[in-house]
Amino acid sequence: MDALSSLFGFVYQCGDAFAFLVLAACGLAVIFGMMGVINLAHGEFIMCGAYVTVASARAGLPLPLAILCGALAAGVVGLVVERLVVRQLYDRPMDTIVATWGLSLIATQGTLIILGPSMPAVGVPFGSFTVGAYSYSTYRLVLMAAALAILIGLYLAFNKTRFGVLARATIQVPHMAEALGVDTKFVYSMTFALGSALAGLVGGLYAPTMTIVPTMGGSFIMEAFVTVVVGGADIFLGTAPAAGVLGVIKATMTSWQGQLFGQIGLLIAVIIVIRVLPKGISGFILRERS
Amino acid sequence: MKSRSRFIRLLEGPQTLGRGPLFWAALGLAVLAAAAYPLLADGYTVGNTVYFFNWIFMALGLSLVWGYGGTLSFGQTAFFGLSGYAYGVLTLNFGAAYGLTLIALLAAMACSAVLAAVLGYFLYFGRISGVFLGIVTLSVTLVFERFMAQTAGPEWHIGVARLNGFNGMSGMPPLTLPWFGGSLTLFPDVGLYYLILTMLVLTYLGLRVLVNSKFGNVLVAIRENPERAEMLGYDVRKYQLIAFVIGAVLAGLSGALYTSWGQYITPSSMSITAAALPIVWVAVGGRGDLTATLIGTLVVLATFQALTIYGSQYALVVMGLLLVSTVLIAPEGLIVTFTKFAMRLAHGRNGSS
Repeated sequence: MDALSSLFGFVYQCGDAFAFLVLAACGLAVIFGMMGVINLAHGEFIMCGAYVTVASARAGLPLPLAILCGALAAGVVGLVVERLVVRQLYDRPMDTIVATWGLSLIATQGTLIILGPSMPAVGVPFGSFTVGAYSYSTYRLVLMAAALAILIGLYLAFNKTRFGVLARATIQVPHMAEALGVDTKFVYSMTFALGSALAGLVGGLYAPTMTIVPTMGGSFIMEAFVTVVVGGADIFLGTAPAAGVLGVIKATMTSWQGQLFGQIGLLIAVIIVIRVLPKGISGFILRERS
Repeated sequence: MKSRSRFIRLLEGPQTLGRGPLFWAALGLAVLAAAAYPLLADGYTVGNTVYFFNWIFMALGLSLVWGYGGTLSFGQTAFFGLSGYAYGVLTLNFGAAYGLTLIALLAAMACSAVLAAVLGYFLYFGRISGVFLGIVTLSVTLVFERFMAQTAGPEWHIGVARLNGFNGMSGMPPLTLPWFGGSLTLFPDVGLYYLILTMLVLTYLGLRVLVNSKFGNVLVAIRENPERAEMLGYDVRKYQLIAFVIGAVLAGLSGALYTSWGQYITPSSMSITAAALPIVWVAVGGRGDLTATLIGTLVVLATFQALTIYGSQYALVVMGLLLVSTVLIAPEGLIVTFTKFAMRLAHGRNGSS
């Protein structure tokens, strides 16, 4: 029984780490996978989602609706950012990173100026349950379910809907897609908005568990970067397995030496992976397949 | 005579803007003005000017890695911080007698070089693409910052030097020069000013020679087209790695000088905000040219300092706006774009007349 409960503890930790990595990375991965663009303001979209979620929850909206508001707000901001900045830089991916980093500075410091150093949080819903000697937060299970739901949702969206087909056509051969009448600009715009909205959704999901400060996006980006780098350009063949492997590494290191060593473990893993598999896990799988 | 003209060719070769007697006269005047500056200002202001100079080494290094090498490193502040901490640990443990601070300075830069060589080996020899290089180096910086921020407890010490977590280390000795009849302690004052100014001029000229040499030309060829450079028989990875290490050493020089200048170093010198600032300096001036980087860095730093009076968060918003608008309007940097525009105007007039 003791061994079983500690096994459950480990599985819970791994699941939690997996959920965090998938959720932190999904918005970034959608944008990178579809457009080859790294959005360094990713953390600020998460922050935006969290702020809107907390504000609307405190205004009386039930939490799930508030989280949707957060996602929607981040998506709209993403649409505007794409139109004003990212669209000008499609042929210059390096410059996109730099420009979005500038946006991230503006967003973090602007939020600090306008809304102050922190915002009162909302409590963690659902309470906790106990297995063996330890108690666990039920909300974390919701987050794990959300991570799986988002992966399944993205799979369906990109494989079963008309938009998904157009989007995949656009990444494969943009000029051919254009010649066949696909409005590729619209596809890029929608993809960026979708990635931003996912980031906002994640911000909303994690808002009850975190302190709401302007720099909160910073606690997601390192994990998001690492997952995307290890995963490569494909969300389903890359991000999901990468999050699985990295989740186990992170959970093991964290339970052994604490939070920070979890991150150091991730970092070492990523540096080794890029030496061995420069195109990430998805690149490896795709090469094996072909 | 022949060797002299070759040297001049290296100083004003194809990879740097600015040549001819007019440019060098202007540069000489600028250096003279900088040398005369302490005669006109009080010691405190001069010491604050040194603070600006400290950062330029890192900016020049980033210009080499990003502008000339074409590989965007976001991790310069990691080398800055590592070297700053190394300088602190070494001087606190071994003291400042017999010019030991200078040895500590060199050893701190060597630490940055080793980290850069190891990291760079994995990055460049893994042949990862430009976008990933940026985010991996940034991740290294962020993890390093978080690591240093949690070293508050008494168990975190190296010798007698406590790392002190988020508050950072302080109380390390300033640079000292061994001199006849006792060593000179260089507090942020006129003496330090001249030392740093000399180092700055030497670094600037040295980098000019480097980028105009065979090494620099190959580096630029790689930036323009890595496949072509490889087909011509150059080992792309090796050239990029060497540039990366030189950039890291210069960032390390900035870090150690910064630590000895203010006698403190904190983890926030490696935060994501701090990591963005060198990018702003180098991008705004013009990453592809050393002179533009130098001038741009000084101007942006002075602007930042002037804006900080209204609060550093406002200054950072302006920095962000500056970065975004530079990338959108003048991707090569404001100074480089302006210089090229002016040169085209001048040539156009010559041609028509």
